[in-house]
Amino acid sequence: MSHPISTEDIIICEHVNKWYGDYHALRDVNLRVKKGEVIVIFGPSGSGKSTFIRTINRLEEHQEGRIIVDGIEMTNDIRNIDTIRRETGMVFQQFNLFPHLTVLENVTLAPIWVRKQTRAESEIRAIELLERVGIKEQARKFPGQLSGGQQQRVAIARALAMSPRILLFDEPTSALDPEMIKEVLDVMRELAGSGITMLCVTHEMGFAREVANRMVFMDKGQVVEEGVPAQIFSEPRQDRTRLFLSQIL
Amino acid sequence: MASTDLSTGRTRPARPSIDALGWLRENLFSSWLNTLISLVLLWMIYELVSGLAGFIFHAQGWSAVASNLKLLLTWTYPPDQLWRPQLVFGLLALLLGLSAGVWRGITLVLATGFGALCLIAALLALALPATANQVALQAWQMCLAAAALVLAGYGGSTAARERLRWPVVIAWVLLYPTVILILRGVGGAMPVVGSNLWGGLMLTVLLSASGIVLSFPLGVLLALGRRGNLPVIRWFCVAYIELIRGVPLVTVLYMASLMLPLFLPGGENIDQLVRATVAVTLFSAAYLAEILRGGLQAIPKGQAEAARALGLNMFQTTLLIMLPQALRAVIPVLVSHFISLFKDTSLVVIVGLADLLGAAQGIVGQPQWLGTPGGVWRETFLVIAVIYWALSFTMSRSARQIELELNIGKQ
Ligand SMILES: Nc1ncnc2c1ncn2[C@@H]1O[C@H](COP(=O)(O)OP(=O)(O)O)[C@@H](O)[C@H]1O
Ligand SMILES: [Mg+2]
Repeated sequence: MSHPISTEDIIICEHVNKWYGDYHALRDVNLRVKKGEVIVIFGPSGSGKSTFIRTINRLEEHQEGRIIVDGIEMTNDIRNIDTIRRETGMVFQQFNLFPHLTVLENVTLAPIWVRKQTRAESEIRAIELLERVGIKEQARKFPGQLSGGQQQRVAIARALAMSPRILLFDEPTSALDPEMIKEVLDVMRELAGSGITMLCVTHEMGFAREVANRMVFMDKGQVVEEGVPAQIFSEPRQDRTRLFLSQIL
Repeated sequence: MASTDLSTGRTRPARPSIDALGWLRENLFSSWLNTLISLVLLWMIYELVSGLAGFIFHAQGWSAVASNLKLLLTWTYPPDQLWRPQLVFGLLALLLGLSAGVWRGITLVLATGFGALCLIAALLALALPATANQVALQAWQMCLAAAALVLAGYGGSTAARERLRWPVVIAWVLLYPTVILILRGVGGAMPVVGSNLWGGLMLTVLLSASGIVLSFPLGVLLALGRRGNLPVIRWFCVAYIELIRGVPLVTVLYMASLMLPLFLPGGENIDQLVRATVAVTLFSAAYLAEILRGGLQAIPKGQAEAARALGLNMFQTTLLIMLPQALRAVIPVLVSHFISLFKDTSLVVIVGLADLLGAAQGIVGQPQWLGTPGGVWRETFLVIAVIYWALSFTMSRSARQIELELNIGKQ
């Protein structure tokens, strides 16, 4: 990797358990992420990957265990939640852009209302970000006028506009046509090299092999195995990991 | 369609032009049966048009309308104070024009609709017989002035878009209380004019506008309350909405008119117009809440999640993300609700207010028409029907334009 990884933990999950009613969705999940690390989370559908990364910015509540993000423990305290949401950006499978706002307004919304920046300064920064993800010329369009790949890049710019220290990706390329996957992965690759902490749920194994510092395999709500990509791909310790990899590679 | 044509560089074959005779033959007289139906229809149209024309050009009752234009427009509002409703009219025109210049888009549609309506009204007033009176002349000048103000506001604010944004927003917020203040008066140069003297078109517009403006926040709160997760509030909202929707407006009007005085201390002193406004507002809010709830339900879950993930709080998420999208989704339903509310306000005649319909009834009953054979009700009611129709039609056309305007961003 091009940037050094700090020794300091930015995300600490200890014995996290979550239930949806009777359904045990997360079972004793433990994970420590260092500042600047890029983590790829993968596993079968329904294994709790989305649920897990959504507990990190409290889109889902966990019932047991501790989650500490950037030194702040997730509790029901609304101020902590707001602080953490300001420090974490999230990119969704379905983009979730705001269809009634232009691309530029999508990107400047949170800086203006949450960070209380002026419209002018937030727009300058937004244009920079849109340039970084390669769609500056679309700034005045509405999301509905863009292709899926372009929309997802806007979503990334929107998340970056809050200058987050952590980026969460939930299958960012799963809803895209094959020819658009690359343009989004290119942006993510560039981000991974920039030193920001990233948690990516993805099945793009080429991306994982290339940029991930560590990979986490989840199944049935548990972390089954974690390790560096080289080890996960060539000598997975668990049979379930091996079986899953053989199915998707 | 058009874009694929463009990208392939091909032009579409020109539509074969058909001359008028050819068109007639093809569409109206293609078979015996078709010809028969066409002839019968043509005869019916002829009868209708000639009958209507005879009525329009020969009826005696038009002078009843012309000479009572003042009653129809403002009822018994003191004649020497008529500059006040006129001022209100002008203010509204100017503000619409300014908004159109600042925001373009939707506001431009609304301002254009309003301006067009004023121009048509000016033309109609001009067409009134010269004997009619000063009011016709005044109405003509006023409508023309209003249309001019829309244009002036537009021109002025296009130049100063950024600077005028907030002043115009503030002016809109202050408009409603200002209008009431101007119409009601404060003494001195603006002596108090009790609302028992208000009436005619002015009252109809005021009552519907009040109903729409005031029921909006209430409807939003009810819709949010019904969707929220505080049980007590949710039950209250459900009970309120279902209760109001289960009874006709007349009931609510009677309740407000007869019961309000019993509930509120000093309620006997609340004037009839306030009671009617309260009733219309409470009634409309229940329907608005249901319309908005439908719009809110149509928004994908991911929208609120994305907003929350960005750090927006509940209030901001609702205001900036949920409500704008819900409103867009329900514009057609919303407008038909407003149109029916506008027409429903004619029910206030029942509690003794002289709105447009009440004014018409008053005019028809004037003793000087007793000698006119058949009375003057046909002409008078035709005129108010046209007024109701013109305003409703403008509303629905504007709504259609707004929808088109908003759809540009979708696909
Ligand atoms: N809101 C919910 N209510 C009930 N069950 C849910 C909810 N969200 C997810 N689940 C269940 O939790 C499990 C994990 O889901 P998810 O985290 O979305 O898996 P993944 O992202 O790995 O495909 C699934 O079995 C799913 O059905
Ligand atoms: Mg998922």
